Amino acid sequence: MSNEAVLHAPAAAGSLDHGHGEHHEHHHHETFISKYVFSMDHKMIAKQFLITGMVWAVLGGLMSVLFRLQLGYPDSTFPWLEDLLGKWAAGGKISPEAYYALVTTHGTVLVFFVLTAGLSGTFSNFLIPLQIGARDMASPFMNMLSYWFFFAASIVMLSSMFVETGPFSGGWTAYPPLSALGDASPGSKTGMDLWIIAMALFVVSQLLAGLNYISTILNMRTKGMTMTRMPLTMWALFFTAVLGVLSFPVLFSGFILLIFDRNFGTSFYLSDIFINGVGALPNEGGSAILYQHLFWFLGHPEVYIILLPAMGIASEVMSVNARKPIFGYMAMVASMFAIAILAFLVWAHHMFVTGLNPFLGSVFVLLTLLIAVPSAIKVFNWLTTLWRGNIRFTPGMLFAIGFVSLFISGGLTGIWLGNSALDIHLHDTYFVIAHFHIVMGVASMFGMFAGIYHWFPKMYGRFMNNTLAYIHFWVTLAGAYMIFWPMHYQGLAGMPRRYYDYSVWESFKQFAELNQFISLVAMIVFAIQILFLFNFFYSIFKGRKVTTENPWGSNSLEWTTPINPGHGNWVGEIPEVHRWPYDYGKDGKDHITQTTPIGADESHH
Amino acid sequence: MMTAVQANGPQRIHRHKFTLWVAMGSMVMMFAGLTSAYIVKKNQSSWLEFNLPMLFWYSTAVILVSSFTIQMAFQAHKAGEMGKYRTLITLTALLGISFLVMQIMGFMDLEANDIALTGSRSNSAASFLLVITGLHMLHVLGGIVAILYILFRAYNPAKKAETSLPVELAATYWHFVDVLWIYLFIFYNWIG
Repeated sequence: MSNEAVLHAPAAAGSLDHGHGEHHEHHHHETFISKYVFSMDHKMIAKQFLITGMVWAVLGGLMSVLFRLQLGYPDSTFPWLEDLLGKWAAGGKISPEAYYALVTTHGTVLVFFVLTAGLSGTFSNFLIPLQIGARDMASPFMNMLSYWFFFAASIVMLSSMFVETGPFSGGWTAYPPLSALGDASPGSKTGMDLWIIAMALFVVSQLLAGLNYISTILNMRTKGMTMTRMPLTMWALFFTAVLGVLSFPVLFSGFILLIFDRNFGTSFYLSDIFINGVGALPNEGGSAILYQHLFWFLGHPEVYIILLPAMGIASEVMSVNARKPIFGYMAMVASMFAIAILAFLVWAHHMFVTGLNPFLGSVFVLLTLLIAVPSAIKVFNWLTTLWRGNIRFTPGMLFAIGFVSLFISGGLTGIWLGNSALDIHLHDTYFVIAHFHIVMGVASMFGMFAGIYHWFPKMYGRFMNNTLAYIHFWVTLAGAYMIFWPMHYQGLAGMPRRYYDYSVWESFKQFAELNQFISLVAMIVFAIQILFLFNFFYSIFKGRKVTTENPWGSNSLEWTTPINPGHGNWVGEIPEVHRWPYDYGKDGKDHITQTTPIGADESHH
Repeated sequence: MMTAVQANGPQRIHRHKFTLWVAMGSMVMMFAGLTSAYIVKKNQSSWLEFNLPMLFWYSTAVILVSSFTIQMAFQAHKAGEMGKYRTLITLTALLGISFLVMQIMGFMDLEANDIALTGSRSNSAASFLLVITGLHMLHVLGGIVAILYILFRAYNPAKKAETSLPVELAATYWHFVDVLWIYLFIFYNWIG
């Protein structure tokens, strides 16, 4: 099946035309709707994912600023909050219900809408066809559907914030019974209905997307692009898609049982429940733990769905800007493979305190700690890629290095938490918050920033402003550590997560000033992200123009396309690939692109 | 620049067929999740034991036969015997619809025998049967929609010369929902 056929064949048809050598100049008639709205061009869909993700990042980030206000200044009132949130902040103080709703929505939105759809959605769509040498995805139509399912999920989730009883407020994991019983809390009513509809739409979006990514990478590579000649971004996004396609359906099955418990009176998750004001419920024999198993069977792979794209982006950006081949290419691939396998075998480490059999727990401890091996291999390879490199500190490179820093500091605490004995003490404390925000949240955001700064010239034909980017980097890096580092101490002191007001607890009063400090830094870091957004949108229209096809001196295929590639990516034929993408500094040459044939005098290849 | 448009020779699997296989893997995961949950739940207290409705045995036979008819339809299409193809694909659609009807009637039988599937009197043994079988029925319904789609194309004179790929995709998917049901049937009766 040729790449040409993908562009010209109607989306759902299966015409078996064979590849043909001649090329056509494309003169598609494009309207505003077909170019910017219902676009089937993977590059436009990538931008749609990115900008929708940015909207959610602002909303989700703003939510964290609001609940940090409550945590940092529990005794103060802010009259403007009442203007913003109405009855949810009566008298200028966020109500407990609103606080839980903010925490829940912050988690859901950041994990799924920003770091899943916004990260792998953006870069899978943008990079896969460009880096493997394809004109578009295997099915551009399914690709478009995937975005619009995500868009629908976004609208439903957004609307849940405006219902009378508020959005869902039982935590982003949506454990029953809070998620299964409308009478359990205000947020469990309409807000939860909308939450679950939004998440179901989101799962559909991710499945459509993942199928397409896998099919494209395996079937549509250009001539000479063997699997081991692919940039590491491709491997990372491939494993990400595999994880998504295999784990989201399990989450979906958990949701279906939840819907039946909520709406049809079944007892999958419910047993022996008494609700204040309602009385005893008839449900018998259900198991809330069952939901946790189904949820975390997705939930843990989800962590790697978020992290793997960032790892791939960091590897690629780092090699390009260190002007050195990536160290240990095959080890990088193998360690990502190992991570993808282990991701499915460790879910119960989220459940050490559910009454899990301690022997079973110890098996999960072992498997969890095994992840340290591939993670350490990757860190070692990144450091050795930097070692004696001819480093160009572009904004993308800084964020890639920042990613490695955060991955190390966040990953080390993972070794603590993976031990069930320690986890019993640290479970549901701020130590956990610190761990996953650094290793998964901020680290993946850094990978995303690295990718945006690095591929912005390819996306829009312009550069982003470097000065603003450097300010953005340093404030965000320092800020991230200042926010999350102190939380380790709070967690070790036993401070539980999800509490509304710590000032009433004798044990945690000592952290009043520290909480204030964290909140203050969170506000500054949030403000700096607005600066980044300004830089992004300003540069789309006014940024310095890209004048050469390959501004970074990079080897991979996306830089062989025109500066502003049209739908179909290459004018004329798709180039043939002759080598891997990491020939930097080889035989005294600065870089040798993948399309350069192997020369007779080359040292080794 | 060398002339290189396609990396994949004609012997490689068609990308839509490939996507379908990955999608089937994804569906397997969903049902694996549900049947695992079934096993976990069964080993806990208050699990109601009951026999599957007799109709499920008949429906199993029906969906098995429909797998043969769609395979023969695909063979006929490849051989260009369009008359035979139309008969067989229509037969498959009818068998598929009767499978769904029999499943629904099976559930009505259960309700009639006072085994509540939902609601406050329900036991999760019966609810599981409803949810898992119901999801399978939705997948069968998807297959029927696909078959109806190629069936209408088959009767449309404007679509004469077309490849058998859509038929092959529909047949592959149809075999999948067939095997999936047989797995579930064995699971309910002898494993779970």
